[in-house]
Amino acid sequence: MKILVTAKRVEDPESKIKVKPDGSGIVPEGLKYKINPFDEIAVEEALRLSAAHTGDVVVVSIGTKDVHEQLRHALAMGATKAVWVNHTGALDQLAIARLLQKVVEKEKPDLVILGKQSIDDDQNQVGQYLAEFLGWSQATFASKVEALDSDAEKNKQPGLKLTADKKGLTVVREVDGGLSTLECSLPAVVTTDLRLNQPRYASLPGIMKAKSKPIEELTPAALAVDVAPKLTVTKLSSPPARKAGIKVADVPALVEKLKNEAKAF
Amino acid sequence: MSRAAITDLYRIDDLLSPDERQIRDTVASFVDREYLPHVGKHFRDGTFPTALVPKLAELGVFGAALKGYGCAGLSNVAYGLILQELERADSGLRSFASVQSSLCMYPIHAYGSEAQKERWLPGMAAGKLIGCFGLTEPDFGSDPGGMRTVARKDGDHYVLNGSKLWITNGSIADVAVVWAKVDGGAADSIQGFLVEKGMPGFTAKEIKGKFSLRASYTSELSFSDVRVPAANVLPKVKGLKGPLSCLNHARAGIAFAVMGAAVACFEGARDYALSRVQFGKPIAGFQLTQEKLADMLQEIVKGQLLGLRLLRLKDEHGKVSPEQVSLCKRNNVKVALDIARVARGIYGANGVTDEYPPVRHMLNLESVYTYEGTHEVHTLILGKAITGLDAFGAV
Repeated sequence: MKILVTAKRVEDPESKIKVKPDGSGIVPEGLKYKINPFDEIAVEEALRLSAAHTGDVVVVSIGTKDVHEQLRHALAMGATKAVWVNHTGALDQLAIARLLQKVVEKEKPDLVILGKQSIDDDQNQVGQYLAEFLGWSQATFASKVEALDSDAEKNKQPGLKLTADKKGLTVVREVDGGLSTLECSLPAVVTTDLRLNQPRYASLPGIMKAKSKPIEELTPAALAVDVAPKLTVTKLSSPPARKAGIKVADVPALVEKLKNEAKAF
Repeated sequence: MSRAAITDLYRIDDLLSPDERQIRDTVASFVDREYLPHVGKHFRDGTFPTALVPKLAELGVFGAALKGYGCAGLSNVAYGLILQELERADSGLRSFASVQSSLCMYPIHAYGSEAQKERWLPGMAAGKLIGCFGLTEPDFGSDPGGMRTVARKDGDHYVLNGSKLWITNGSIADVAVVWAKVDGGAADSIQGFLVEKGMPGFTAKEIKGKFSLRASYTSELSFSDVRVPAANVLPKVKGLKGPLSCLNHARAGIAFAVMGAAVACFEGARDYALSRVQFGKPIAGFQLTQEKLADMLQEIVKGQLLGLRLLRLKDEHGKVSPEQVSLCKRNNVKVALDIARVARGIYGANGVTDEYPPVRHMLNLESVYTYEGTHEVHTLILGKAITGLDAFGAV
């Protein structure tokens, strides 16, 4: 089976993010970037499925040439080929989903797996839009029953399971208060939650091999997608700094504060 | 990975290729996730993290700079970057990788027969077989030519007698590359023997009571009439140049790697100094602390550039001279040790516990200062290269 996955370039969550004084964006100096962690889980899941059922994994990223770093990361993990949609500037979720739709129509995968959201703007929309545009079934927040320290996980077994007739997919979803299992027909769009798998490290020989794997270049114009944003970010601001705590003299003073100031009871 | 931008003040990253950076970052995140949370306990308990061996093998760390036989075939710079990240966690883990790769796989790769390579290298690259290297003896450290371990030819076997000391991985090794004088000869008769675990008369005993490299096994190897098949002799090298070439190979990696420990100490000390408040301000705000941190950073930048140049020379020319290696090993280990000691001081009383890393790095680096050519031996190698006069000779 052929699987298409995404690899968005995002700020390393361990970087210190500073908002520009005018609120127009974040300060790029000194920032490190990596593949969106939810997308990395998607790549891992695709590699496990393709190992179990044979097939190719195509990884897509949209952005400037910098996104080659994230594409190379996915190729080093084991993806077969990469597609780079060359674009400079802001994109909203609709535009991203439209671009992915065109790439999917070109690549014709049986399954698309992408992160449930990217950790930079936390929108959680692209997977759902994409399924709608393609008219495919969708399963969001894919997780699994087995724990991340289980033998199934250690043996790199996929959490997404093909049905017996191989025409559908069983997906365990994380929902409030538990897990729900659903079956959807292929082709499908699946978005990944955090506990679906523990992504592998790219092997060092894999990193060297990735250098010779192909990266196909596309553009929004070539895909005939109008990417003019319908949504613009007007201002960014930091959350207010936390106020320092205070020391209370004794327990009655604490109870008094909890009751009358914090309104805890 | 929380590498601070200031640590790479000179943008040494720009001197690395994208794949070298990717290799470095992969090993860095492996170390951050898989070893840093547990290293303190291993050091305290005096245990080596054997569970990491198959995982490191899966990454492709062992014999990474060798070609073929299941090895990754990376550049020496990439290999050095890998070692530097392992050293950032703990010198014990880096020592394991250095011994496995440079001191055991390398001599088999360079001097072994085809059958020996086929038999050992793929298993060692896969982490299924562990190797060690026996050169140093109880009475012969800096002066290996005086070794007393001997091998006597007996039919299609050699009979090995003697002992080796301070052998990293010794008690967990499946194979030991042991250097011995052959048939009553002098240093020029020295040959390498692949002594296998379980051969009658061969024992490896762990050395206890170390204050350094506690998360690494160090052993004494004893050979009492060990019958080693002639097929286990490394056929392609004779004399001291055999073991010395292995050391030259290993030392080049180590000279670069130790900057990992220095970086860990520097970044830890800076963070600690920023959070530790005395006299109403962070101790990082005192000039005395700032001078210490400035000295550390300055030596890290210099040491990184020196180490990178050494390994680039090795990649470009296929080898580096002992003098080139000595200058870098001598400088980098000394500055790393000094940085660890000063960092230990910045941590104050907290710095003497294993809750914080600097004292562990400091104690580890005491070994690195002495092993792989003592600081003094490297001084004499340089002295000889500069003056043409050999200060090693007997009185």
